[in-house]
Amino acid sequence: MTIPDTPPVLELRDVRKTFGSVVALDSGSLALSPGSIHALVGENGAGKSTLVKVIAGVHRRDSGSVTLAGSEVDFGSTADAKDAGIAVIYQEPTLFPDLTVAENVFMGRHPVRAGGAIDRHVMNEQTSALFERLGVSIDPSRQALGLSIADQQILEIAKAISLDARVLVMDEPTAALSGIEVKRLFTIARALRDEGRGIIFISHRFDEIFDLCDTVTVMRDGAYISTHNIDDVTPAEIVTRMVGRDVDTLFPKTEGTQPGDVVLSVENLGSPGTFSGITFTVREREIVGLAGLVGAGRSEIARAIFGIDDYASGVVRIDGNMLAKGNPRKAIAAGIGLVPEDRRQQGLIVDMSVARNMTLVIRRSLAKWGLMSSRSEYDRAHDGAAKLRVKAGSLESDAGTMSGGNQQKVVLAKWLATNPRLLIVDEPTRGIDVGTKAEVHRLLDELAQEGMAILMISSELPEVLGMSDRVLVVREGRLTAEFSRDEATSEAVMTAATRTEEAA
Amino acid sequence: MSATTSRLAALVKRRETSVALAVIVVIVIATLFNSNFAFGSDGFRNLLLTPSILVLLAIAQAVVVITRNIDLSVSAVLGLSAYATGRMFTDWPGAPTILVIVLGILLGTGLGVINGLLVSVAKVPALVITLGTLYIYRGIDIAWAGSTRINASDLPSDFTAIGTGSLFGIPWLTVIALIAFAVLAYYLGYARSGRDLYAIGSNPDAAELYGLPVARRVFGTFVISGTLSGIAGVMYAARYATVSATAGSGMELDSVAAAVIGGVAIFGGSGTVLGAALGAVLLSTINRALPTVGIQDFWQQAVVGALIIGAIVLDRVLYTRAQRALTKERQSSSSEREGARS
Repeated sequence: MTIPDTPPVLELRDVRKTFGSVVALDSGSLALSPGSIHALVGENGAGKSTLVKVIAGVHRRDSGSVTLAGSEVDFGSTADAKDAGIAVIYQEPTLFPDLTVAENVFMGRHPVRAGGAIDRHVMNEQTSALFERLGVSIDPSRQALGLSIADQQILEIAKAISLDARVLVMDEPTAALSGIEVKRLFTIARALRDEGRGIIFISHRFDEIFDLCDTVTVMRDGAYISTHNIDDVTPAEIVTRMVGRDVDTLFPKTEGTQPGDVVLSVENLGSPGTFSGITFTVREREIVGLAGLVGAGRSEIARAIFGIDDYASGVVRIDGNMLAKGNPRKAIAAGIGLVPEDRRQQGLIVDMSVARNMTLVIRRSLAKWGLMSSRSEYDRAHDGAAKLRVKAGSLESDAGTMSGGNQQKVVLAKWLATNPRLLIVDEPTRGIDVGTKAEVHRLLDELAQEGMAILMISSELPEVLGMSDRVLVVREGRLTAEFSRDEATSEAVMTAATRTEEAA
Repeated sequence: MSATTSRLAALVKRRETSVALAVIVVIVIATLFNSNFAFGSDGFRNLLLTPSILVLLAIAQAVVVITRNIDLSVSAVLGLSAYATGRMFTDWPGAPTILVIVLGILLGTGLGVINGLLVSVAKVPALVITLGTLYIYRGIDIAWAGSTRINASDLPSDFTAIGTGSLFGIPWLTVIALIAFAVLAYYLGYARSGRDLYAIGSNPDAAELYGLPVARRVFGTFVISGTLSGIAGVMYAARYATVSATAGSGMELDSVAAAVIGGVAIFGGSGTVLGAALGAVLLSTINRALPTVGIQDFWQQAVVGALIIGAIVLDRVLYTRAQRALTKERQSSSSEREGARS
């Protein structure tokens, strides 16, 4: 283990934070060197977010020490941390949609004229200058409303730079970005590093960590585990430290199963401006991966099949029977389940209990004379939870309070309760830690073995390659390639997903 | 499009412009029915005088609503301040008028402090808190005043002169309302702490993470609101010269209506005091115009209701359209750049 010789700009030692009887962070330690991009990895619930919030001044630590540029600090508020030169880019963007882009950058620190009046002209110019430095052109006087996630993150970075932050924390900044946007973000991050700033980078994507970071710190169960020079470790070693056990294989796919009858057949499906000429089938005991760039139209195809969105042309058949379009209820009755991309918004009702979420789709069959008992709900949920090993304090707790991995299991359990013929999973492991990820993968494999047809949309290439029996590639609303499991390589899939057609 | 025309286009699109136009339309129609409405001996004066008190409450309401809160107690603060001002004159003969005015206003400030503390420190939703204090303040007023009332004869003439006098033909009450409006408009538009209020209303969680002093600012808005309501109370006493325990009853909803009609988003984050003030002018003018054009009293409420719903539906439609337009604008400008690069 090598630690650079330069004294750290930010150092945490044995930081502890509890909420009542819950220990969120047991002993967090981290030494961030200036001019370094430092990855912080760990399963969900390992204490990364709490650690970040202590650094940011959101939480006050119970014990331990935090030193910034050699002197001990104790931030009572996020304003204190900001004044000290710490900028945090949270997972969820923290913008003010009603205000202009420039005001979002300079909130609370507006440039003022003599007399204290805000000088909007100077503010807009300074914002333009910041964006120019970052190589983007966003009109500083436009409203922040309607900016893409990528633009919002650029704005957050502009904010951080305008603060002249010495320490920049990025909490899963790439989760919602496309390939090009990630590249742009990385270019900016490297430029900031070269200016001598220290960057903490939290991500679940190992390819990104190994591409961008120079040092990696592993956390597990609220405690510091180890720090490594990135060149001295392999992803497998990091995973082992994260989960505290060997994960023999990330993708527990049962090889060589023979697919059965066609379950889903899609013929010439089209929706103007979104996708066209989509034809494919998914058979029993088969996992079909739908690969492509973010925005290529994969989720839209899934939504059309499930009946959320209408489509202009084409036919969808389940077990040979035509499925009415634009009617999710009929799709469910025909045996389709959809695990959507956005768990919190679309997959779950976060303010409802776990048990109720799990039995949401089958509530009609649980009802007697139109009334439901909590008992029957609880019993069914209990079976589902046991099967999927959902860790929830209690089935009665709110779904929103669980970790991402457990939330995803609840969504899966909800659909499995309907015994679907076809399960469509959209980004099944986004934002889920490595351990739970493997469990979700194992579960998908088991379901396929039991005869279910699975259509899996994923932006993570290793997941697509590792789990699919066949891979379909979507680019700009069209199916551009189909690969068998053996043919599918990352190069082949990426080429099919990104190749631009001449004079298209 | 040149900078001037685009600025003009932006001006035409603003809610303030359409509300101002609506005010003019109402005045023109009412004047066509009865030329005294605008040109009579008292017509022009009333045009300015009638909305003054509601303007104060509406801008008070706007400041609070911009932070995603609400102050339903403004009318009760007005009532209590108005009655207290009158009582000071009757119980304390010979008191300096200016001192009584200041004390009347400070009473409003104090009541605002109570609202502010309950909302920002106790963290109870403002809707609940100020609904409660609306009843409590009004209850105190009723217990104190009973069935008695302050009459014009109880008030010194230099005080009532404020209600009747004018400066260069503009009634004093209108001048006061304009000054309060100008100060607040400047504060919300050009002071850092004023901009904080928009940020807090736009995204309270982000404001907290950003390190803005959310509780302090929200507390401040209730103090501003209380103070303005106190001023409105003193003005009420000066103008009508008769104050009973029910002075200002129901004006809390008028103030919310005026702010919403004027384009202050009910969930905070956007709107101006100019819009709220114009909304108040529109409401008052409509109320005065309807009898003139021969529409019966009980329709007035319905007209106000239709205006509120219309304003909110309009807001929703504009918001959705703006969001779509802004998203599209960004996408097209990015693709242009991508195109230019390749």
